[in-house]
Amino acid sequence: MKTSIFNSIWLRAKNFRMTRKVFSYPYILFLLFFVVIPAALILVYAFLDSSNNLTFGNFISIFTDGASLKVLLTSLLVGVVTTVLCFILGYPVAYILSRKKSGKFMVLLFVLPMWVNFLIRTLATKAIFVALDVELGMGTVIFGMVYNYLPFMILPLHTILTSIDTSYEEAAKDLGADRITVFIKTTLPLSIPGILSGITMVFIPTISTFAISQLLSDYTIFLFGDSIHTKFNNNLYGVGSVMSLIMLIFVVLSNIVISKVSGKQQQGGSNLW
Amino acid sequence: MVKKILEKGYLGLILALLYAPILFIIVFSFSNSATFTFKEGFTLEAYRSIFTSSQTPGLLQALKNTFLIAIVSSVVATILGSTASIGIFSLRKRTRRMVEGINQLPIINSEIVMAVSLMLFFVTFRFPAGYLRLILAHITFCTPYVVLSVMPRLTQMDPNIYEAALDLGASPTKALIKVLIPMLVPGIISGFVLSFTLSMDDFIITQINKGAATGINTLSTYIYEDARLKGLSPFWFAIFSIIFILVLTLVLLMNFRKNVGQSDKGDTYEKQ
Repeated sequence: MKTSIFNSIWLRAKNFRMTRKVFSYPYILFLLFFVVIPAALILVYAFLDSSNNLTFGNFISIFTDGASLKVLLTSLLVGVVTTVLCFILGYPVAYILSRKKSGKFMVLLFVLPMWVNFLIRTLATKAIFVALDVELGMGTVIFGMVYNYLPFMILPLHTILTSIDTSYEEAAKDLGADRITVFIKTTLPLSIPGILSGITMVFIPTISTFAISQLLSDYTIFLFGDSIHTKFNNNLYGVGSVMSLIMLIFVVLSNIVISKVSGKQQQGGSNLW
Repeated sequence: MVKKILEKGYLGLILALLYAPILFIIVFSFSNSATFTFKEGFTLEAYRSIFTSSQTPGLLQALKNTFLIAIVSSVVATILGSTASIGIFSLRKRTRRMVEGINQLPIINSEIVMAVSLMLFFVTFRFPAGYLRLILAHITFCTPYVVLSVMPRLTQMDPNIYEAALDLGASPTKALIKVLIPMLVPGIISGFVLSFTLSMDDFIITQINKGAATGINTLSTYIYEDARLKGLSPFWFAIFSIIFILVLTLVLLMNFRKNVGQSDKGDTYEKQ
């Protein structure tokens, strides 16, 4: 008698668990249509020429065309410089804030500008440069990028730095390390997952955004994102797709590296970033 | 002591860098000049021009579109994402990990790649250009965030509560509506708010998917189209100032409410 009641409850629960899966089916279908198929289409178009014939020409033209190579190199340069600057400027901020009692509120102040549309902020900086007669070029582009993406570096760094158990540092101090050694040997290595996610969160948007570099250089500096945009605007779907594919591979690879590294040190939590 | 002053000075410097453009625009929105001078003295002319400028009709239309797209896509994304989370939660481990992985893709992917992949999709399958494409695109990049806000609620939930409801005689549907969903509400709300803001804020995906011929503009694409060639007119100084103040107060208020309401939950609204 008793077992049969338990059985029926268990069956019902099991049954429901089975049917509850159904709730995910519409979204799985949606993901298939609007995420998987579009991503696959990039791959398909990368191998098609303008009259939809199979070709490798798009790949060849990217790596032999001087203009594309220049865009690639400029993007990498701007991306690296911006990321390094954001790291140098942002790490001390995150570090100082992580030791402050009011740190949580202060972090909010640092990320607050991020909530204003980047286009508006970029146009505002441009207006100031123009008014001050600053020549628009590489310098202003990098300033604009750092200005835009600095919060993206500070936030993950702050998250990781506050999560580090202070007893590690105290132990290092007790064992005779001076302040600099403590920092280099414990704090810095322990913050590597945050550093990595900060780097991707700055580097990838920097090279792939469009508008910022155009606006702040008066259309003289073109980055990867600008270039993809122009290619598609001019109906060069093939070449545009190859460039998007390169970007996509880049994104996926860097995320694999990050999840490997942070997976070793901590479980989950930083998924949103 | 010196260290303290240095630290404070450094933080102040970086904050100044971050806020300078915003402050400049606000201050000079009262000058009715785009050249950062107070030639005309203190004036509200720029603010008056919001209602009288030749750009006003375009701006209003863009605002309407922005809200329309944001409301429709965030409502759909919230419903789709919340129900999906419940479903994904009871999938078998391997399928679940796969679905969650694909769900991450729109979040980690660079916006431009998302944008062109959707454009290729819409062009290839001949979706009519215009609102449909934009709303579908916005749902695509909003829903993953809803799933991400609802999922932690499900994983943190004590499964005994749901089972207790079943033991006490509730039907699975009733237990779902009366027990499970109410526990998810905070996650659903933050998913909705996040979707709404992301949709309002979006520029790249909208710009690429709006189609040149349709003439549809949201606030950000309208600004881009108007200001990139002509530069900023006093009209935009006034609009930007209003946007700055509005956004900054809203975010501050939201965070204060959150901190007062649940000070131990550290999940502040994070935005990519």
